[in-house]
Amino acid sequence: MGVVPVYLHSQLEGRTLILSAKGPWTSAYASEIEPQVDAVLKKRPRVERVEIDAGEVERFDTVGAWLMERLRRAWETGGAKAAIVGLNPRYQVLLDEVSASNKERLRRRRRERPLADTLEYIGWGVADAWADFVAIVRFVGVVTIAVGRVIMNPLRFRLTSVIHNLDRVGFRAVPIIVLIEFLIGAILAQQGIFHFRKFGAETYVVDMVGILTLRELGVLIVSIMIAGRSGSAYTAELGSMKMREEIDALRVMGFDPIEILIIPRLTALIIALPLLTFIGSMAALFGGGVVTWLYGGMPPEVFLDRLREAISPETFQVGLIKAPFMGAVIGLIACVEGLRVEGSAESLGEHTTASVVKAIFLVIVMDGLFAMFFAGINM
Amino acid sequence: MAAASSENVISVRDLVVGFGETDVLKGLNLDIKRGEIMGFVGASGSGKSVLTRTILGLLPKRKGSITVFGKNVDDLEEDERQATERRWGVLFQGGALFSSLTVRQNIQFPLKENLHLSQRLMDEIALAKLEMVGLSAEVCDKLPAELSGGMTKRAALARSLALDPEIVFLDEPTSGLDPIGAGEFDDLIHALKETLGLTVFMVTHDLDSLHSVCDRIAALADGKIIAVGTIESMLEAKHPWLRSYFHGKRARGRLNGGGKK
Repeated sequence: MGVVPVYLHSQLEGRTLILSAKGPWTSAYASEIEPQVDAVLKKRPRVERVEIDAGEVERFDTVGAWLMERLRRAWETGGAKAAIVGLNPRYQVLLDEVSASNKERLRRRRRERPLADTLEYIGWGVADAWADFVAIVRFVGVVTIAVGRVIMNPLRFRLTSVIHNLDRVGFRAVPIIVLIEFLIGAILAQQGIFHFRKFGAETYVVDMVGILTLRELGVLIVSIMIAGRSGSAYTAELGSMKMREEIDALRVMGFDPIEILIIPRLTALIIALPLLTFIGSMAALFGGGVVTWLYGGMPPEVFLDRLREAISPETFQVGLIKAPFMGAVIGLIACVEGLRVEGSAESLGEHTTASVVKAIFLVIVMDGLFAMFFAGINM
Repeated sequence: MAAASSENVISVRDLVVGFGETDVLKGLNLDIKRGEIMGFVGASGSGKSVLTRTILGLLPKRKGSITVFGKNVDDLEEDERQATERRWGVLFQGGALFSSLTVRQNIQFPLKENLHLSQRLMDEIALAKLEMVGLSAEVCDKLPAELSGGMTKRAALARSLALDPEIVFLDEPTSGLDPIGAGEFDDLIHALKETLGLTVFMVTHDLDSLHSVCDRIAALADGKIIAVGTIESMLEAKHPWLRSYFHGKRARGRLNGGGKK
């Protein structure tokens, strides 16, 4: 760093303070000029007249003009006479424009109050959670009414749209679901064999893989995957449609956005989830079978025999019954969040995140409730 | 009107820009002089936006050269290019304010990134810019989504002026504004040109803007500039498209109502 050049020189002559500005007074040098301006302002000798001589200013822009105006104003509010003289005439208009602005003081930034702010934050959090709950309940109501209307008048059901969405959230999700469930099944089997071997209970691995994947993991993994893959897509789509007033456009054309946008998406998810759960569970069993054969040395025929003994149709039903409910929850949350997006890009991001997080959370809570329910009816 | 100097701040030679099989601009030539307000007219799809975006470096060109501030943009190093970009401001048609920042933060964004100013100075500058474009201090802490169309344009203009640019590119600055608002915007652009010594590159369909603020007008058709000149010379032009543009039904009221302000 070299020596900072002097941009402002002050000299007291009797009751007149002469400030001579020199050099480039532009934004690029403002970080050097401002401290010098403030240093002069800090001393601020009591004088009757202040003359700001801008004759040696080489370049000038809004920032420079404002800094000079700041100087002038400081004395003027103190009752002294202050004038800027000698400025190159071509900069005069700019200076006049700047002096006309910023008359009112900028509102002070709010002071930090750590305790009160934290309490306020918690309060808002609680209020938001309640608002969320109300919004979801209301949305379920609105959707139910719309479903009722569609049932009364089946021609209003949008089959094409459902098929299109089914293709997106169902068919195209098959490869990733198969891959992940295959791996989950394989890992379960490997871990089971590794640990059960210590007790000589390797054959029970088949029971574990069968029951666990069919009852719980199949549907859970699929739900979590779909919440991340399709729930987020729904929220982002609906959110950007809301931002661009497309939803309002539908409404003013006399269409019900719930009927056109929401019901097909929900229907597609409710249909897709059981199908994907079935495919996923099969992939998990296959993965388990492959590992018990290659790693555990159990021939496939034995695996299938053990599987037939270990599981009943009920085990399979338990998993599958849950799937459409998971689909409905994911879809509802995604659509509610999508419709709550407001103007900004940040809001879209926030609601998409909220959609995925809430959907996964509720899927797991639902799974717990189902577990209690099925235990209650001995299934 | 302050006389425009003869120095060219932008000159474009034999510019060819195209998408796929078609060329949108076919050998376009253009000079913009320091301190003038240049208005661009042309049918929708004639390539006005393509020209603007190409000069700004948002679209690649196929042939030709673009010289900005006397330097060929192809020869610029990365840091020189950034320095050039700091010398121009752009007002996009929809404003393109950052939607998650307040108006104040939007205006301060280029200041913060390019200069080392104290927060107090940045606040004061942002406020001064806002007032220059005719917005009050209350707008400062609003988000772009809470602004009306006219306020959005003004706030976006304030952001484009944040670094005291030498050229501003305005893409349809008055579209979507009511006639009073549009008239004020025209006056504003003219006043800013006078105070800040701006060169203005303005794409517009607003006949009033063309009449009242533009020093020169360039008409774009068939991928070329078919005419450049003052509004008077445009009114006398023989080209059929220019005749229908400046003497059409919408222009007639203007002519009957008396010429320039």
